[in-house]
Amino acid sequence: MLYIPCPYCGHRDETEFTYGGPSHVTRPELTCSDREWTHYLYHRQNPKGPYRERWLHTFGCGRWFNILRDTATHEILEVYLMGQSIPSSTTQPGASVGSVAAIGSTP
Amino acid sequence: MTGRGPYRIGNAPAGAAIEFRFDGKILRGIEGDTVASALLANGYRVVCRSFKYHRPRGIFTAGFAEPNALVQLHAGARTLPGARATLVPLSRGLEVFSAVGWPSRSWDALRAIDFAHSVFAAGFYNKAFMWPSWHVYEPIIRSLAGFGRAPAEPDPDHYDTQHAHCDVLVIGGGAAGTAAARAAAEAGRRVILVEQTANTERALESLPTLQVLSRTMAFACYDHNLLALAQSVGDPDPDLGPEAERRSGESGHPQPVRERLWLVRAGKVVLATGALEQPLIFTNNDRPGIMLAGAASLYLRRHGIAPGREVVIATNNDSAYAVVRELRQSGVNVVAVVDSRVAPPNELLREMKDLAVEVQTHSMPVDTKGFSALQAVIVGTLGRSPGEGVTRTRRIACDTLLVSGGWSPTLHLFAQAGGKLAYASTAGTLMPANSLPDMEIIGAAAGQGIAIGSLGERVSPVGPKSRQWLDLRHDVTVADIELSVRENFTTVEHIKRYTTLGMSVDQGKLGQAPALEVIARARGVQPAELGHTTFRPPFVPITLGTLVGRNVGALYAPIRRSPLYEVQASAGAFFDDYGEWQRPSAFPRAGESPEAAITREVKLVRNGVAIYDASPLGKIELLGPDAREFADRFYINNLKTLEPGRARYGIMLRETGIIFDDGTIVTLDDDRVLLTTTSGGAARVAAWLEEWRQCEWRGLRVVVSPVTEQWGTLALTGVHARTVLERLKPACDLSNAAFPHLGFRATQLLGTEARIYRVSFSGELTYEINVPAHKAAALWSALLEEGQDFGIAPYGIEALLHLRMEKGFLHIGSDTDGTTVPDDVGFGKPAASKATHYVGKRSLTLPENVRPDRLQLTGLAGEGSMPLTVGSHLRLSDSTEPTDGWITSAGLLSTDGKPVAMAMLRAGRSQTNKTVTVHDGGQVIGTARVVPPVFYDPSGARMHA
Repeated sequence: MLYIPCPYCGHRDETEFTYGGPSHVTRPELTCSDREWTHYLYHRQNPKGPYRERWLHTFGCGRWFNILRDTATHEILEVYLMGQSIPSSTTQPGASVGSVAAIGSTP
Repeated sequence: MTGRGPYRIGNAPAGAAIEFRFDGKILRGIEGDTVASALLANGYRVVCRSFKYHRPRGIFTAGFAEPNALVQLHAGARTLPGARATLVPLSRGLEVFSAVGWPSRSWDALRAIDFAHSVFAAGFYNKAFMWPSWHVYEPIIRSLAGFGRAPAEPDPDHYDTQHAHCDVLVIGGGAAGTAAARAAAEAGRRVILVEQTANTERALESLPTLQVLSRTMAFACYDHNLLALAQSVGDPDPDLGPEAERRSGESGHPQPVRERLWLVRAGKVVLATGALEQPLIFTNNDRPGIMLAGAASLYLRRHGIAPGREVVIATNNDSAYAVVRELRQSGVNVVAVVDSRVAPPNELLREMKDLAVEVQTHSMPVDTKGFSALQAVIVGTLGRSPGEGVTRTRRIACDTLLVSGGWSPTLHLFAQAGGKLAYASTAGTLMPANSLPDMEIIGAAAGQGIAIGSLGERVSPVGPKSRQWLDLRHDVTVADIELSVRENFTTVEHIKRYTTLGMSVDQGKLGQAPALEVIARARGVQPAELGHTTFRPPFVPITLGTLVGRNVGALYAPIRRSPLYEVQASAGAFFDDYGEWQRPSAFPRAGESPEAAITREVKLVRNGVAIYDASPLGKIELLGPDAREFADRFYINNLKTLEPGRARYGIMLRETGIIFDDGTIVTLDDDRVLLTTTSGGAARVAAWLEEWRQCEWRGLRVVVSPVTEQWGTLALTGVHARTVLERLKPACDLSNAAFPHLGFRATQLLGTEARIYRVSFSGELTYEINVPAHKAAALWSALLEEGQDFGIAPYGIEALLHLRMEKGFLHIGSDTDGTTVPDDVGFGKPAASKATHYVGKRSLTLPENVRPDRLQLTGLAGEGSMPLTVGSHLRLSDSTEPTDGWITSAGLLSTDGKPVAMAMLRAGRSQTNKTVTVHDGGQVIGTARVVPPVFYDPSGARMHA
């Protein structure tokens, strides 16, 4: 069971958290091709090694945040707030902060 | 007993006598004994029958690696299978049963299997019991194997769970562990010391930051240094009968805890887990009277038990010589030492000479004689190379043979934590190959004192290999390994599974090192090339009670009840579980069956007036200037045009376009929107909204506030609903013109705040009235009273589900599943025509979601009187598919009793008036006609009235 450093509450057991999949997934423009859209919906990197992902402290502060976790060793390398861009120290191939404003705008 | 077996010697520790029972016979041990030491002291050689061949077996070890002395403890509800006699402290009145052996331990009729052993080689079961099916044979084989018995009654004992944090967790209370724990505690660190036995140093108790957990086994290491420990707290008191327990339960006194699960998050873990002595491998090395040398030493030192009267010690390393010394000092007759090394250290040889003990070097046991008890060992002098076999043999009469095949560090927890192990040829065993940042290994577990010099031979070069045991627990022999390799199961993981070597409770404890040697030899490689099998938790068997703790019975899961629970219970509600909620399925009257009650309740709603508790309906408020904009982004329905005082039905999608939830939306104010969700979806939907708010649309000024529990919700439904509600004088006009269908009023009722919706899930005129939760019971009573002259009564969830089925109203999760998009259930038009984007919209035009042959919601009218059943599959007459869909909701119409159903059918909307066959249980149960999915009041006149 992971011991996750919530940026608001400190270290807590994994059972207090909900996993929310990878962070910084780029949502394409809604005018994109079907192929591009399904790739966004269903394809994830799933690397062996450092992976940026988002977690929710469900049974705590109720807030989402980002971590950089090594999927092979479970070592948590970075923790940073939601909305914060990728810390410059490390970057993850294929991940960039995408536009999420597409929904809500009139096409 | 036999006069030749083990016995308690003169300088045995003093202690009070304790009586216990072994297979019904009353025996005596002394305080401080384990079950194993007490059995040894009573002269017991045979304690069980082996798993496969039913050979007699004796106590082989003094610890958790014990392969033979697995016993059943206690009788009745407390019975515990698979306990290691070597670990169980003796207690007054303890009942112990040997696990295997029919009709009895000492006379096992199934011993016949042993004489036909060649038939039962590895993989025998896989080859012989294939026809017609393994399941025919499994029960018979299991009963022959003689596994322990699970209790047949509920466990009367209590178990507890304890969470703890510490700076340093030391596992193992031997010399190294005790010293490490003391040093860390003296440096002011918070320390927990875990020791499997009851023997811990008393002086440690004075250290303020040190907590000692004795009789505690660390059985698992999980991520980030989370250690799971099982602590034996108390043994059941034989004087505490069921009556005494019932009394203590009633008086509210806490009952004693039997075992406690500790979950410890440790900054640093120190493994002082010691090492496990390995056996020697030779023909008939499993006979009672053969024991590990280190185990004999422990029984002698701790319990004053001599292993026998004429002892031979066979070894391939130095450690057994210390045992010779101890035995001689206690006056035990050591007949000979057999050492497989060519030249054991001179000082040891000199010492043996001084003790007048004969040492035969470059020799090892190659066979033993006896039946249920050891009578002699055949010692072979080894040739110059293994291929040469033995040059001569000699028979030595003895009643006890102590063996030592070297030592393996106990590294299971290290491996579980992700540590790597590699075979070190000098130590002849697996050793750590890397280090972990927050785990330290010390003492014998780190190889200290066990890897001096090189080891001698430990596998006999001669004799029938089918009688040379590597795994006593599972009766796996050298021949089984060779067979496995011949049949191309060559990796250690495959060999383990094919032969059962080291499986189940053993998990690579006893005999793993010699086994690696045998496998390597059979494959013609070095042991270091083999790797090892995965060590998995639990390190030792753990009772289920310990893992479950207090989460049993009423505490198994939280129960959610509506604020109307009590009034409904007194109205005769029959409660059932719906999701997390306990809700009334119906209100059967005296002598009425649940089915009859549902039918009566449906008729009452259709023809009179009735009330229903809809409190579990999810309610979420959105507050902030962007509340409406936020809500609009989730529904397929346009909320921009939603006027105050009006409610709109809405469907919510996942980003994949799949239907997720539905409910109504109203605006309370310019900056306040109130959503309802399905009862089961309340938490899910709130979490979903919150995720988008926090992660995606961070700029929107809105908060999500779930308010389900703050409100009690009552549906007043039926043709007289308006009249009944008017009698309560709500502060709003209820006339159809002022407050039409899909209207909403935030108003006053019975002197309190009320939110009234005119929405209908039953198809009748309905007011859904929300009042603060603590006022709900008063409203319930008031409505029942005012409706009395119309015959008002409550109805349950089953009646409601039937009513909505007659109307063809969707029940998300019943009629829809994880593939359903809005068009499949008739909402394609609003979903497509909404001008603004919403979550899931982009996915609705994906090719898969617009295929003409998708499953679509339709109605079915049964042909004949046979009821249609939910889950039945449907086929169209010209179909080439295995199925064309299935029934999602069904019942008999309240108007004419005819069978109808809702169904998801391939291209369903274009199949109207066609006939489908209905399949259930592999048979055609009838036919049905495809009709539009509305069976009652298709114009909606009744709910609009």
